Amino acid sequence: MKKILYIILMLPVFSTSQEKITGMIMEANEKNEPIGLAGANVYWLGTSIGVVTDIDGNFSISYSEEYTKLVISYIGFKTDTLTVTKPKTVHHWLQPTDNLDEVTITSRKQATAKSYMQASNVFTVSSDELLKAACCNLSESFETNPSIDVNFADAITGTRQIKMLGLTSPYILIATENIPSIRGASQAFGLSFIPGTWVSSIQITKGAGSVVNGYESIAGQINAELVKPTTDNTLFVNLFGNVAGRFELNTHINTKVSDRWSTGLYLHGNAHNEKHDVNNDNFMDMPMYNQINMMNRWQYTDTEKGFVSFINLKFLNDEKQTGQLDFNPNTDKLTTNSWGSEIDTKRYEISGKFGYVNPEIPYQSLGVQTAFSNHKQVSYFGLNQYDITQNSLYANAIYNSIISDSRHKIKTGVSYTYDHYDEFVNTMSYERTEYSVGAFFEYNYDNLDRLNLTAGVRVDNHNLLGAFVTPRLHARYTPWEKSALRASIGRGKRSANIFAENQKIFSTSRVINIIDSSGSVYGLDPEVAWNYGVSFLQGFNLFKRKADITLDYYKTDFENQVVVDFENPQEVSFYNLDGKSYANSLQLEFNYNVFQYFDLRMAYKYYDVQTQYNSDKLEKPLVPKHRLFANASYEIYEKEGAGQWKFDVTYNWLGEQRFSSTASNPLQYQLAAYTPTLATLNAQVTKVFSPKFEVYLGGENITNVRQNNPVLGADNPFGSNFDTTFVYGPVFGSNYYAGLRFKIK
Amino acid sequence: MKKILVLAVMLIGTTTFAQNKNAKTTMEVDGVCLMCKSRIEKACLKTKGVKSAVWNVKTHELKLIYDDRKTSIETIQNSVTNAGHDTKELKATEEAYAKVHPCCRYRDVAVLEDHKVDEEHDHKD
Repeated sequence: MKKILYIILMLPVFSTSQEKITGMIMEANEKNEPIGLAGANVYWLGTSIGVVTDIDGNFSISYSEEYTKLVISYIGFKTDTLTVTKPKTVHHWLQPTDNLDEVTITSRKQATAKSYMQASNVFTVSSDELLKAACCNLSESFETNPSIDVNFADAITGTRQIKMLGLTSPYILIATENIPSIRGASQAFGLSFIPGTWVSSIQITKGAGSVVNGYESIAGQINAELVKPTTDNTLFVNLFGNVAGRFELNTHINTKVSDRWSTGLYLHGNAHNEKHDVNNDNFMDMPMYNQINMMNRWQYTDTEKGFVSFINLKFLNDEKQTGQLDFNPNTDKLTTNSWGSEIDTKRYEISGKFGYVNPEIPYQSLGVQTAFSNHKQVSYFGLNQYDITQNSLYANAIYNSIISDSRHKIKTGVSYTYDHYDEFVNTMSYERTEYSVGAFFEYNYDNLDRLNLTAGVRVDNHNLLGAFVTPRLHARYTPWEKSALRASIGRGKRSANIFAENQKIFSTSRVINIIDSSGSVYGLDPEVAWNYGVSFLQGFNLFKRKADITLDYYKTDFENQVVVDFENPQEVSFYNLDGKSYANSLQLEFNYNVFQYFDLRMAYKYYDVQTQYNSDKLEKPLVPKHRLFANASYEIYEKEGAGQWKFDVTYNWLGEQRFSSTASNPLQYQLAAYTPTLATLNAQVTKVFSPKFEVYLGGENITNVRQNNPVLGADNPFGSNFDTTFVYGPVFGSNYYAGLRFKIK
Repeated sequence: MKKILVLAVMLIGTTTFAQNKNAKTTMEVDGVCLMCKSRIEKACLKTKGVKSAVWNVKTHELKLIYDDRKTSIETIQNSVTNAGHDTKELKATEEAYAKVHPCCRYRDVAVLEDHKVDEEHDHKD
């Protein structure tokens, strides 16, 4: 007989009613005969109230309204959790576990989970979190995340830019399923090329991160896991529309092809074909665009032999038009009739992942990832032309094993990258090929108690960056219960794609100025930085509810950097760093489960980002020194039938941000030294009618906060003071949207 | 004839004394929570020759991979019971049981309320 694990509290203090749930737990069998299971545990999730079934499998357990999840478990059987909202009789069959170790985790999943265990400072954003905001694509999926700042790159392309630790996205390694994907040519718009519905979860690592995915990450790593044919819905349809005339359609179709093959087809289309000019500067506040994005995934799973692999095919076509309201591309392109811009991107991608886990020895596995992409952008901005084509090949092989026992894990492998760039900038052509071969080794020690550390090193030989070593170290120490003290140190190196990463410079009348230092990329030397960080997480109970507080401090020190200098309003200069450049960031975050289904997250961030420019050592423009963030989410569960309401509110406050100097401009084109402060509010309501159907309604920037004159020199776009880069806040003001999701499991 | 006999004896010998450096076994171990999980697994892994030990909170199943040239099931069971956890065949002494954290008293106390899902360190990588 099994031990009784759950004692019946004789006098449940908070249960006033004497209501009971009775029933019988049976062993699943083909004929559905009632074979009672003796000794199965039946308990209310998250409480200490539980009983054990008697010799015939019968049980009786007290019921009160605050219990909704009844857990039934028995050794050798799958654990089931039933949602119970009223006293009733429960007849439940338990399924025996097969050898696949399927365990359902039965507590309410936190939408963003911080790890108390891992060595690196990682948090996982689940799909639930991603549904808290409009989240039409990856660039919008960080709205409810305090660690990542989202702002507009310029006043006209509507492109959102993300920052981490005070550094822009080129310093973050952004990968999809661990294959670096948003880099090079796709740096500026790539985040908007990954539809939100394709993303199943996001892992965000602060600090240098693992060496397994390459040497380029400096501030952090973001990895988006995509939906998989075997686990995604058979059919999923999402429709989205907003009052500004943006429409989106997402469809997923997944099907099993054979025992081992499954396939999924994911289609995304979005369109916005209205012209808006709420600030009357004759410039569209957001571009008109059309995007078609397709992905076809094939998944092969053979659990007996331990094989799993994916083949992905992607195609994207994205067209944008922006500029003055009366601009007609057919007659005005590259003329001074009117200022306008078109950006057309086509991207093809094929990638494959192959994984083998030794079924006999689960800690031995081998993974091979390969990806090939062709990215072509053809564009003009007023009189500036910019075209870029990138062909990229990536391959990575990773072997996982242990040394002596599973407290000592190792990952080792080899990588190969190849990138060919063809660029055309006004009258100049730039062409270059980069390739590298590297090997990495990462050792993880987990003493299963207070200490967990990961030490990694990689050695790469790159045709333009030379041969170099990338060391990285992450450690986690638990001084006492529910705490985690982390420290990390790491180095990153990358070649700056000065045009692709800074496309906003083309929507200005600035002269582009590269100060050649005979380096290997555009005459510039690669960027090298060290990142150091400490973080402390403490979980505790406040008024008997879960809470946690995190304090992070990260420091990025550039040994070399390609400085982007906007300090002369007539030009933009690129040159290698001569002096100090650093980004220090402090973040204080507080999470609290105020009462059941009501969660609160608050954060304060302090940035000190400074660079030695040719003129002076200055704060980096458009980085707020102080930022506040708050997000509240509340859920209401209705009666059985799984009806549910979800409410979400996100508040952001940004302190003043420095404008790069405009002192030498004529008076009417001069700006203040600093921007005003800014507070925005987003909210969303979701009504879940059933597991199949839900609708959502939301507002972005509800308080209708706007930056008044986002385009400098809008009155004379071909004059010498035209500039669209002085953007610190929303251009359009408030926007309301609605959408629906329909899914068949 | 003699040769065949010798060969046969040798073969029998090699089959009976075959050593497996990746032997696998499972056993049932009593416990209630993730703290128990780490206590049980740690006790196993600190036993010389154990390569992998995974204890499942829900099913109480302990899956082991060990080098049977260096250790045996009995030795591992001893490690587990010394850490204060009962196995099916072998029960922990009162002394050892008394050493487990008060909230892990699987023999007589209710489950902890505050089990954190995100503490489950089943690394996905």
